[in-house]
Amino acid sequence: MNLLVTILQRLGKGYLVLLAIAILNFFLIRAAPGDPAQVMAGEAGAADEIFILQLRQQFGLDKSLFEQLWLYLSKVATFDLGFSYRQKMPVWDLILDRLPATLLLTGTAFVISLVLGLLLGAVAASREGTWADSAVTIIALLFYATPLFWIALMAILLFSVQLDWLPSFGMETVGGGHTGFARALDIARHLILPASTLGLFFMAVYARMTRAAMLEIRGLDFVKTARAKGLSPAKIQRRHVLRNALLPIITLAGLQAGQIVGGAVLTETVYAWPGIGRLMFEALLQRDYNLLLGVFLVSSAMVIIFNIITDLVYRIADPRIGVSA
Amino acid sequence: MKDFWARFSRNRGAVIGLIILACVVVLAITGPFLYPRSPWAMVQRPFLAPFATPGFPFGTDTLGRDIAAGLAHGARVSLLVGFVSTLAALLIGVPLGALAGYFGGWIDDALMRFTEFFQTIPSFALAIVLVAILQPSLSSVVLAIAVVSWPPVARLVRAEFLSLRSREYVEAAILQGETTSRIILTQILPNALPPIIVLASLMVASAILLESSLSFLGLGDPNIMSWGYMIGAARTVIRQAWWMSFFPGVAILLAVLALNLVGEGLNDALNPRLARKGR
Repeated sequence: MNLLVTILQRLGKGYLVLLAIAILNFFLIRAAPGDPAQVMAGEAGAADEIFILQLRQQFGLDKSLFEQLWLYLSKVATFDLGFSYRQKMPVWDLILDRLPATLLLTGTAFVISLVLGLLLGAVAASREGTWADSAVTIIALLFYATPLFWIALMAILLFSVQLDWLPSFGMETVGGGHTGFARALDIARHLILPASTLGLFFMAVYARMTRAAMLEIRGLDFVKTARAKGLSPAKIQRRHVLRNALLPIITLAGLQAGQIVGGAVLTETVYAWPGIGRLMFEALLQRDYNLLLGVFLVSSAMVIIFNIITDLVYRIADPRIGVSA
Repeated sequence: MKDFWARFSRNRGAVIGLIILACVVVLAITGPFLYPRSPWAMVQRPFLAPFATPGFPFGTDTLGRDIAAGLAHGARVSLLVGFVSTLAALLIGVPLGALAGYFGGWIDDALMRFTEFFQTIPSFALAIVLVAILQPSLSSVVLAIAVVSWPPVARLVRAEFLSLRSREYVEAAILQGETTSRIILTQILPNALPPIIVLASLMVASAILLESSLSFLGLGDPNIMSWGYMIGAARTVIRQAWWMSFFPGVAILLAVLALNLVGEGLNDALNPRLARKGR
């Protein structure tokens, strides 16, 4: 019961944040140089006089700013994010069409980064001071300092151009005509490069964090007690140290959801992955502000939902925290 | 000061980082003299491979522009944007954090809600939207980076102020009747400075990464050659010409790595009690 209340509370808070972002969007459109109607029409292209006049009426640009804001917000509330005059489709439909690809990519990247990061961090911590520890530290430092889009390009160069192991473009083979299991396999092959690229940066973050947290926890009293009880070192590492080290990492993972979504813009751009990140890049190229702000709003919503999920996971991982706290 | 150097130089990585950083700074300063011609000038035939023609160690790009010249001029932009946007982020984050930490109560509540809001928004997406709407230019890039990177500063400064506020010397200053602004500026802030400096050095590194990502997407100042732009422009020809995107990427990697290492060294030197914690 308590859990339900917490979820509802978080959702309410998330809703407020989204409202604030929608208001921010409203003012951003008006901050763009030029007439808002023209901005929403995508500047040039469709800008004949009658059309603009029509738009101006449609968005109530002849009314007061407050009325305009109200009109905008009530539209957003019904998932009406406007119309992309460049792509000739409602923004919401465009985003909905691309969302699954992004969820697949970011979800896989997240799992890769978390599993590899925990593994490398645990290895480094349990072999502190050896070559393995130094190697993990150096790898983490390097990936932490490398631009994501550059890793993506270099991965294409190595695995796609030189070795010819993996496809580097799109989500499935064009005209492959795969169905069922063969199609899933094809998508999985296309997923490997983008997902590992996106995951590697965060792997570095989690590895550093895991190592630091485990080294800190290892010196605490309850670990000494466990050792005095005669538990095997492996069991102490797994059950006592790693489990407690997980907590700060889950917190961090929640905080970084936004960064993974941001990273998806770069990864999807390089690999031509048909997700909302790529959509954002296309909107950018075409100066399609309506679409750009729509993607911004939806990706913020993704982050908020993800934050709520990590919050719940945190409560499961650490039973000491009451669900209502 | 001597202690500072002793502690800093005990961290081998930090010394290496400082050396790399010094090289980047020298490159940024001497770049315009080494390559007085505009980095946009077409000087040789396009797609010139690296290490093949004397005078063009890194080859040329798709339009025959000298990549070495681009690297030299790009160093200045990267460092400039990194430092200025970090400074701007400090100008937003430090006052907000200081007010929240010093006054507490509803001011703290309100300011922290505001900070949380900015931390929830996907920062890179916000930066893209800001630069796109304000039109790409050096100042809009700096502004966008500052807007997305101040929240950690505000949180850190708030935490420092919360703990320093109840120290005896602060209470003594209050009893002496010093004004609030004087207490904040001359009593608390100087003592909160070391962790802020460490954070700032790491922020310069992430600002450089952010700037390169924005320029890569074509959101850099259209009149200024930058490393991210070079990679973005060469992205589509990666199969034919690896060097066009390889070298600028190495430059970014080295600059960011150096700043991260220096930041860790500063942490060792400025917060000696914390330095070895959890490492």
